[in-house]
Amino acid sequence: MSKEPVAVVGIGQTKHVAARRDVSVAGLVREAACRALDDAELTWADIDAVVIGKAPDFFEGVMMPELYLADALGAVGKPMLRVHTAGSVGGSTALVAAGLVAARVHGTVLTLAFEKQSESNAMWGLSLPIPFQQPLLAGAGGFFAPHVRAYMRRSGAPDTVGSLVAYKDRRNALKNPYAHLHEHDITLEKVQASPMLWDPIRYSETCPSSDGACAMILTDRAGAARAPRPPAWMLGGAMRSEPTLFAGKDAVSPQAGRDCAADVYRQAGIADPRREIDAVEMYVPFSWYEPMWLENLGFADEGEGWKLTESGVTELDGDLPVNMSGGVLSTNPIGASGMIRFAEAALQARGQAGEHQVERAGKVLGHAYGGGSQFFSMWLVGARPPES
Amino acid sequence: MTREIAVVAFAQTDTLRTTEEHSEVEMLMPVLHAVLDQTGLKTADIGFTCSGSSDYLAGRAFSFTLALDGVGAWPPISESHVEMDGAWALYEAWTKLLTGDADTALVYSYGKSSPGSLRDVLTRQLDPYYVAPLWPDSVALAALQAQALIDAGDTDEPALAAIAARCRATDNPHAQLRGEVPHGDYRVRPLRTGDCPPIGDGAAAVILAAGERARELCPRPAWIRGIDHRIEAHSLGVRDLTDSPSTRLAAERAGAFELPHGLKGMGGTPTVDTAELHAPFTAQEVVLRKALGLGDEVRVNPSGGALAANPMMAAGLTRIGEAAARIHRGESDRALAHATSGPCLQQNLVAVLEGDPR
Repeated sequence: MSKEPVAVVGIGQTKHVAARRDVSVAGLVREAACRALDDAELTWADIDAVVIGKAPDFFEGVMMPELYLADALGAVGKPMLRVHTAGSVGGSTALVAAGLVAARVHGTVLTLAFEKQSESNAMWGLSLPIPFQQPLLAGAGGFFAPHVRAYMRRSGAPDTVGSLVAYKDRRNALKNPYAHLHEHDITLEKVQASPMLWDPIRYSETCPSSDGACAMILTDRAGAARAPRPPAWMLGGAMRSEPTLFAGKDAVSPQAGRDCAADVYRQAGIADPRREIDAVEMYVPFSWYEPMWLENLGFADEGEGWKLTESGVTELDGDLPVNMSGGVLSTNPIGASGMIRFAEAALQARGQAGEHQVERAGKVLGHAYGGGSQFFSMWLVGARPPES
Repeated sequence: MTREIAVVAFAQTDTLRTTEEHSEVEMLMPVLHAVLDQTGLKTADIGFTCSGSSDYLAGRAFSFTLALDGVGAWPPISESHVEMDGAWALYEAWTKLLTGDADTALVYSYGKSSPGSLRDVLTRQLDPYYVAPLWPDSVALAALQAQALIDAGDTDEPALAAIAARCRATDNPHAQLRGEVPHGDYRVRPLRTGDCPPIGDGAAAVILAAGERARELCPRPAWIRGIDHRIEAHSLGVRDLTDSPSTRLAAERAGAFELPHGLKGMGGTPTVDTAELHAPFTAQEVVLRKALGLGDEVRVNPSGGALAANPMMAAGLTRIGEAAARIHRGESDRALAHATSGPCLQQNLVAVLEGDPR
């Protein structure tokens, strides 16, 4: 039995900002959903099911908010699923929705992810102490900084690589009207002079806290044939998980990330990702994760990822553009961040990315991760439908 | 031709009022071992894992990440999680098996209600702008539904008490409330203590397998002939609380009203011998029976249902597991399992399970 090919025919997102005080949570998600429907030239009646994702419910203080959002997302009378896989959730949510189409359970599915972080304080929402369990320290940066230091020690990368990533991503964001941070006066010197938060991670090498939502319309072959604009086709998708902490865990390059990428490449028939994949939108909440993930995803050998960054390969006009949208470093509504990566990959493959469109985008990887570098979700999308 | 997928194993904890001596992982692990032991499978043999739980019950963000320690996710596993009852985790796993990406799936869910005040916690599920600030609790909302049913002439208080007594007459060893339970005083009129579910901690797990793999793992697999779920509007003011159109639609889509082997049934009567309904409050069984057109010939909740044990996030998956286990044991040939979520049965899932002919 073969799977139904899955196409992305509609993409919508909100203008990501620090606080959307003008809309409710329902208003925020509806804005992204309506934009995705408009892009696909579909109406609510064309949607068979809704798959929604977000990170911890504590961020808005609403338990299982999909119950309250059913009306705003036109889900009444339809199936509605709520995914939560930590920071990777935006990617996982898209993959669960894609599975409904691939399994021929539904023809056209709305998938959406959001976070309205201004409703609370995300850093402390992530830092609730639990007796007898490992503390995550103050926010995610405190958890990940030692892993970055381990990478620097292992690879011998120069201290400046992180600032190069941040400088690139923040400049890419200037070309993306939906990005949260638009720092028109950004310079490399400013990034390097910004305050140290969690050594070696500086303020300008850290993701912001955003309010935002992202939505996609996924459909089958018949739906894609009716689409008004070129679809992006899913060529492979996978999720992998491993425990938070255990003896022998490689926190710098987790096995789950390697396995997940290998599964996606196998499905898509990719033998050499560096040659065959044209661009990557990956989850980089702290600048140094760009070289780390380049290695984990097989775009560079171990210890070599930083050289791609340093030599400009990952620039918007480089040979392997990374985070064309400005990335998580410029926009981070946590629950939506994974889906924004997936959506950016699809936008590029459709040739709809506007000013931050890369020239060659035949095959683009979208990547998300979450928890203590333990949950991974990825998809590879292309301009042409999968073979067979 | 769609793939045949079956429930091949089910395990659950005893549901207890409190499990403060155990973490969620410690509560979950014996159940995970029990389902794996039933099939002889090991974690590494499982193609896909999916779980359901709630951060709000655990009182911390990302609470499900620790449960992975109980699964033993090393080498890394293909895994997902829904912030819903485990019945919806089973639905996600079912779609995964349908695509052919996996042949077996482990589904689990758990909830510890004991650390907090469940009635207060559940108010946080409501519209955060217009309803949640008033803190209407889950029992009060269920009482509104019960009163609407009584006003409509669909039931009365003695009939509700009879439902509670019938459910708790179960021989289910995992039940929290069983046998003669006083019906008690009004909690919120017209609901008495006996009309409400016990508050408890518990976990459940199921293994799914496709095609021949299912027959290898289980002498009589419980084939999922159909499964579907539907949600209704959130605002109680726009719903008819005496009916459950989402349950009826899900049941139709799941094939509950079709005869075995796809023949069309007559007159909208479900062709099942057993129904496991996730009705935490007595009056909700009335709503569900009406929506599903269940007659007296159908055995409803032989497990005691949610009135005997209602571990949050696991009680819906347990309904599917209980229905499947009856088919495994040859006590049912075709069973309907139902799960619910949200205030007053807002969201509902229906699965139709069948055993091979005997």
